[in-house]
Amino acid sequence: MNPFSLVGKTILVTGASSGIGRAIAICCSQMGANLVITGRNETRLLETFLLLEGTEHQQICANLTNSSELEKLIECLPKLDGIVNNAGIAKPLVLQLTEQKDVDEIMQINALVPINLTRLVLQNKKLNKGASLVFISSINGNNCAYIGSSIYAASKSALTGFMKAVALELAPRGIRANCINPGMIETNLLKSGSIGEDELEKDRLKYPLKRYGKPVEVANAAVYLLSDATQWVTGSNLLIDGGYTLQ
Amino acid sequence: MDANEFIKNFAAQFDDTDASEFTLETRFRELDEWSSLNALAILNMISKKYSVVLKPEEMKPTNTVQELFDLVQSKLN
Repeated sequence: MNPFSLVGKTILVTGASSGIGRAIAICCSQMGANLVITGRNETRLLETFLLLEGTEHQQICANLTNSSELEKLIECLPKLDGIVNNAGIAKPLVLQLTEQKDVDEIMQINALVPINLTRLVLQNKKLNKGASLVFISSINGNNCAYIGSSIYAASKSALTGFMKAVALELAPRGIRANCINPGMIETNLLKSGSIGEDELEKDRLKYPLKRYGKPVEVANAAVYLLSDATQWVTGSNLLIDGGYTLQ
Repeated sequence: MDANEFIKNFAAQFDDTDASEFTLETRFRELDEWSSLNALAILNMISKKYSVVLKPEEMKPTNTVQELFDLVQSKLN
């Protein structure tokens, strides 16, 4: 028996329409899980859906920052064995030019959505005993910080604090909660973003392993934390950063 | 796009250099306090005030306030 198998497990992945979320959904399906995937972009969510292995999957297009859409999602959910809270945004913004709406947007998507989603699945009894909650946090705000990322860092360390208390509260039911703290990962978000290729190349070289991570490398970590291989792992922060924060 | 207003917005991203010192001829990269933080702040300012999203590599060849002003202006046209 493969200790990392997800056969028989139903897993919800948020932000599954692209990047890390898409890789997580695909990887979980390859390990035998039944997926419920959600994302904001209907076309790209369908693209992910079509890439999933197996047939017992569901896709639900939703904007989780909208509380009625979030509640509707919760209603549609089957009983879950795992959740990967992956949806997130990043935008480089110095504090001096940060407006209230920027604070609200970043905190909402990166911290409040995962917090409320976790609260609602619990209150609506959608979690099986022994379920695993995975939060995609970041090295930024937990292990280091960058200029222009104060709100992002706050949102990601909020997730980490939340995860720890949840891990304690849900331990009696065998439900585990853990964070993954990735360094920079190669995604379209990065390529289409405000950072130039020159700058990116210089930044890649700051990593001891001389490159950014790949989405599948975060996905493998999510599989690990969702699987029965980690039944005694809760409250942890799994660092995946090519050695960046060693320096 | 008003040049004086642009200079004012530009100058607001600096702490140690007096706002009155800034003109279109100012070579901002030669200022004592110039850093990557100012560069990001200026990109943010241009995005917020002029709705123009510049990549750092687009800003890189500019050395004077005038050159940056022209770059933003060209994106607005």
